[in-house]
Amino acid sequence: MTDDGRIKNDPYLLEVDGLDVTYHSQGRALAALQDVTITARPGEIIGIVGESGCGKSTLSAALLGLLPPNGEVTGGRALYQGRDLFTLGPEERRRLRGTEISMVFQDPLTSLNPTLTIGSQMLDVLRAHSPARADRAEARRRIVEMLERVGIPDPAARLRSYPHEFSGGQRQRIMIAMALLLEPALLIADEVTSALDVTLEAQILQLLCDLRDERGTTILFITHDLGVVAQICDRVVVMYAGRTVEEAEVTELFDRPLHPYTEALLASVPSRRRRGSELPTIPGRVPSLAELPEGCAFANRCAHAEPCCGEQRPRYVEVTGQRVRCHLYDPESGHANLRQPSAATTGRKEQP
Amino acid sequence: MATYLLKRLGMTVIVVLAVMTFLSLLVHLVPGDPVEIVLGPQATPAQVEVVRAEMGLDNPIPIQVWDFVVGALQGDLGLDFLSRTPVTQLIAQAIPHTVVLAITALALAALVGIPLGVYAARRQNSLADRAMALLSIGFITMPSYIAALLLLIVFAVQLDVLPAVGTGSFANPLDYAIHLVLPASALAITWIGYVARLVRTSMLSVLGSNYVRTSRAFGVRDRIIFYKWALKNAIIPTLAVLSSGLADLLGGAVLVEIIFSRPGLGRLTVEAISERNFPVVQGAVLVIALFYVLTNLLADLSYRLVDPRIRVEESAVGA
Ligand SMILES: Nc1ncnc2c1ncn2[C@@H]1O[C@H](COP(=O)(O)OP(=O)(O)OP(=O)(O)O)[C@@H](O)[C@H]1O
Ligand SMILES: [Mg+2]
Repeated sequence: MTDDGRIKNDPYLLEVDGLDVTYHSQGRALAALQDVTITARPGEIIGIVGESGCGKSTLSAALLGLLPPNGEVTGGRALYQGRDLFTLGPEERRRLRGTEISMVFQDPLTSLNPTLTIGSQMLDVLRAHSPARADRAEARRRIVEMLERVGIPDPAARLRSYPHEFSGGQRQRIMIAMALLLEPALLIADEVTSALDVTLEAQILQLLCDLRDERGTTILFITHDLGVVAQICDRVVVMYAGRTVEEAEVTELFDRPLHPYTEALLASVPSRRRRGSELPTIPGRVPSLAELPEGCAFANRCAHAEPCCGEQRPRYVEVTGQRVRCHLYDPESGHANLRQPSAATTGRKEQP
Repeated sequence: MATYLLKRLGMTVIVVLAVMTFLSLLVHLVPGDPVEIVLGPQATPAQVEVVRAEMGLDNPIPIQVWDFVVGALQGDLGLDFLSRTPVTQLIAQAIPHTVVLAITALALAALVGIPLGVYAARRQNSLADRAMALLSIGFITMPSYIAALLLLIVFAVQLDVLPAVGTGSFANPLDYAIHLVLPASALAITWIGYVARLVRTSMLSVLGSNYVRTSRAFGVRDRIIFYKWALKNAIIPTLAVLSSGLADLLGGAVLVEIIFSRPGLGRLTVEAISERNFPVVQGAVLVIALFYVLTNLLADLSYRLVDPRIRVEESAVGA
């Protein structure tokens, strides 16, 4: 926190800067996230896309302080309204969860407690943040209202049902209702619609959009589905092997992808507006965390790779309002076929 | 649930009938003439015939089985060979001591084992947790009679702070309780270790689950998660195991009763066996078997009542 003035004037709600997360596994340190940089303004819906295993869930867990015991934030910061989430005490952080930052998890089938009724699980969430709301009738009213909003039929009668008495889609919606119960300013949605059919998905997407429009909720929308990104997101962050490789407005990203990885992704999607366009396969494979190269993690699959790509970690550089982590756009990289070198300005973080 | 209940009860009845049949035939499974063995070499043939008739041994075997079962169902288990008192009366005198011993041991196992397990789960992988793991394994593998002897030597002989033998009198509850400490501890030790491990494991599996992560993401306090969610989930299997453990404890009580020379079902059975006092053996073993079957039935049913998932699966299958 060197330049306090800049932070105070910061228009961003969330500013993740140079985040590194390491998993310790069998005596080895695996760099699950390296230099992850993401910014979100109030009321934005930010898509976070990337192949399975690229660290999307790790990112959301790190932001909430919910990494598994063998995971550790080893660098960078995450400013929420100017406060670094990683330097908060446990109680301060607990109070933020649910009320300011909330999360819907990827797996709706195991994310609800099977031995408690959904009513009592939701009541626990309300009670965690205000003993005053322990007024049962009022709490009940809020819970029923929220369940109704996410489209659970006859919610008042179902408060005493257990999670297994609901369908997968309903459970996902109950999860969302729980996450929204305290009207958080920032919602992290980790693949919330992948378990749902088309109609339900459309409903949930509509719900998220309404939420943003009515309350100005900022949403980090994690997904595999480029079609959904095009549909609801304002900006997109593309991740690859634990690094953020590109960030752009949605329209710009689809019209003018910069990173070769993004290009490859879009090239193989026939129509971007079509639903269910899962991330396509690109020849070659993602390096595992144990064998990450010194330089660019995409170099082994990249058509434009040169020796410098394998050796030097690319910087995150700004190019006409987009950000991209690729030597092609960094005049200082020494890459032989620089693109738009004039438009490129150096990124904030220097290579370590 | 209703179909399950019927099936389960039916099974129980069959098991009890089978045990009765086996017990009524017990006399014939022992080599030699049971009546002569009991009465000893001095008995006259006339005396032998009287007793044989009294025991019904001159009837055909199916009739003997029938008589035993019908008698048992009516609460008549015959007379003690030696003292001529009704066997039911002997058992009625012995049962309270055994039941009190087993239930005290059970309570000890829960009262000591559950907090130990909770503590270990709270401090997962700490030195205390590891030490406790070692201790629990030691407890689990220690037979109750070894524990009984060790406790006797330390607390009754060396330190001389607790009585070694007998039960004290029921009329003086404090005295009775003091006499209960060593035998109940000896009996409980295995179960303390077992419960501690079980509670630790079930709590940790809950704490590592996705739904605990969910509630933490919504700011639910760790204290609530630990004691309301995790402990509740750990208590269910623990109670189920403990209630089925009651049967095992009754069995273990036999040895402990002998070592601490407490008058109970165990000592009654063993003494009756050494005297070839068949009616008493039959009666005592039948009662122990009944305990066993009924506690298992109870454990099974209570488990079903507590866990909502089992309840629903049953009704789905039954529908
Ligand atoms: N507890 C852990 N210990 C070690 N490695 C882990 C752990 N959790 C995740 N990883 C690894 O970290 C990487 C990122 O995992 P993460 O779950 O964040 O990916 P993801 O982008 O959410 O994938 P998906 O789209 O499949 O959900 C993966 O390579 C994964 O194997
Ligand atoms: Mg994930």
